[in-house]
Amino acid sequence: MSELTDKSKRLQNGGHPKYHQKLAEQGKLFARERLALLLDENSFVEDGLLANSLEEGLPADGVITGIGKINGMTVCVMANDSTVKAGSWGKRTVEKIIRIQETAEKLKAPLFYLVDSAGARITDQLEMFPGRRGAGRIFYNQVKLSGVIPQICLLFGPSAAGGAYIPAFCDVVIMVDKNASMYLGSPRMAEMVIGQKVSLEQMGGARMHCSISGCGDFLAKDEADAILIAQTYFSYFQTPVQVDYCISPIADKISELIPHEQNVPFDMKEVIGALVDKDSILELKELFAPELITMFARLKGKTIGIIANQSKTKGGVLFGDSADKAARFITLCDAYQIPLLFLVDVPGFMIGTQVERAGIIRHGAKMIAAMAEATVPKISVIVRKAYGAGLYAMAGPAFEPDCCIALPTAQIAVMGPEAAVNAVYHNQIQALNPEDRDSFIQMKRKAYQEDIHIYRLASELIVDVMVEPEDLRNELAKRYDLYSEKQVNFSKRKHPIYPV
Amino acid sequence: MMAKVEATIVGIVSKILVSIGEEIQKGQEVIVLESMKMLIPVESAIAGKVTAVHVKESDFVNEGEVLIELEELV
Repeated sequence: MSELTDKSKRLQNGGHPKYHQKLAEQGKLFARERLALLLDENSFVEDGLLANSLEEGLPADGVITGIGKINGMTVCVMANDSTVKAGSWGKRTVEKIIRIQETAEKLKAPLFYLVDSAGARITDQLEMFPGRRGAGRIFYNQVKLSGVIPQICLLFGPSAAGGAYIPAFCDVVIMVDKNASMYLGSPRMAEMVIGQKVSLEQMGGARMHCSISGCGDFLAKDEADAILIAQTYFSYFQTPVQVDYCISPIADKISELIPHEQNVPFDMKEVIGALVDKDSILELKELFAPELITMFARLKGKTIGIIANQSKTKGGVLFGDSADKAARFITLCDAYQIPLLFLVDVPGFMIGTQVERAGIIRHGAKMIAAMAEATVPKISVIVRKAYGAGLYAMAGPAFEPDCCIALPTAQIAVMGPEAAVNAVYHNQIQALNPEDRDSFIQMKRKAYQEDIHIYRLASELIVDVMVEPEDLRNELAKRYDLYSEKQVNFSKRKHPIYPV
Repeated sequence: MMAKVEATIVGIVSKILVSIGEEIQKGQEVIVLESMKMLIPVESAIAGKVTAVHVKESDFVNEGEVLIELEELV
């Protein structure tokens, strides 16, 4: 065997066997096995295998970078090798990551970050931390590439301290349950610096991030599952699926799923399931702020992004977290030309001291701003109620949806009849004899209902079209097709002052 | 093991669907809250036997307030 072949083979084996043993014990795969699962067979070319190879024990300097294909489409990858100094970053590690970002930019190819790293190699800090091509440049590049190429993060192990910003700047983060974690300060550091005693899982575990902090999008049950999710996610950015497969056998059942009473909860996911192509749904942030649903789906083969209110959870009311979740998803879809569908059944934004103190107004403003700026084909369907600022946030008529569709169950108003009658006639009601109040309230509610009746709103051109629930699927597919050539620039200014 | 079912949202207790001693399933609705003029069912995350009901109908509850306690069924 030639010297080069021998050397390359050794480098491809990564770190010491004892570290491979440790991987196996944790249910983890070797970084090269992860890449083999992710990429099309024999499609991978690698850069920088010999990085830092004159030093002992640092194969590829702890990161594998290169280009390959997924489903025939070119992608760039970087994969931390945690068998090499726990996947920590030295000078050449950082340089390799920066270079693959530059390659991805030149090729306009999506970039997959397979993260499993202890963070900076403190012993090498002067070389890798502060300078022009230090680790900061990785994040600078991520920000610059955001919305230009898809950046997808698969988190298999820790993503510590500054390294935690890699997932933060990606479009989407897939975390492996029990093994993946993100944190700025480790539990050990927290105990030293702020005196807090806490486990790694509590501090920054995958489940916490996917359900509470909102930093994670998908909770994968193991590494193979994480890779499958990444491939599935990426498939929505690829060519449309053949139309023969695009059926919804239950599209005519939608009306049975929606209660006519505005305050009775139902499962919006069942409505979506009936509306879109069979088995075509991928839900993002399923465990985080579930009162608002964000998902990719296909409608007659073509990808759409759905934002829907889920009355089954917290009444479908919008909270700070749900508004953040929506803003992020809308921005994602708009950046990559994925048409938006808003399915509206919203009682409004939450009220009360707790949410006001948490800044619900500025969180809500983020959602409204992101939705207003989105110029992809944008359709709002008023499924049931659309009250108050909830109507605005869910792409109401004033926010330039390409059309606003109402189902017969739709109701649009500043607030529902109960709250409105109480607000307008409170003093009058109090002045009445108690036995007369109920009939007065019922009379006023009835008058209010008539005033906001959906046929009246259609007659006033507030909604553009009314459709029967069973015709909604076809109506939407036709309209997305007709709007597909839409070319609109929201503004020529540099950027807005983001309401963050 | 003891477990708690907490209010998922600030609001008024509209209906209590279980009573002390009753065995309930995982995912079963145990209380209906009313908030923002919506009926909001609260489900139990586990199967168990109800050991305490801490609220009555029309009570105001904050998010996270304990509504019901359960003895987990194994």
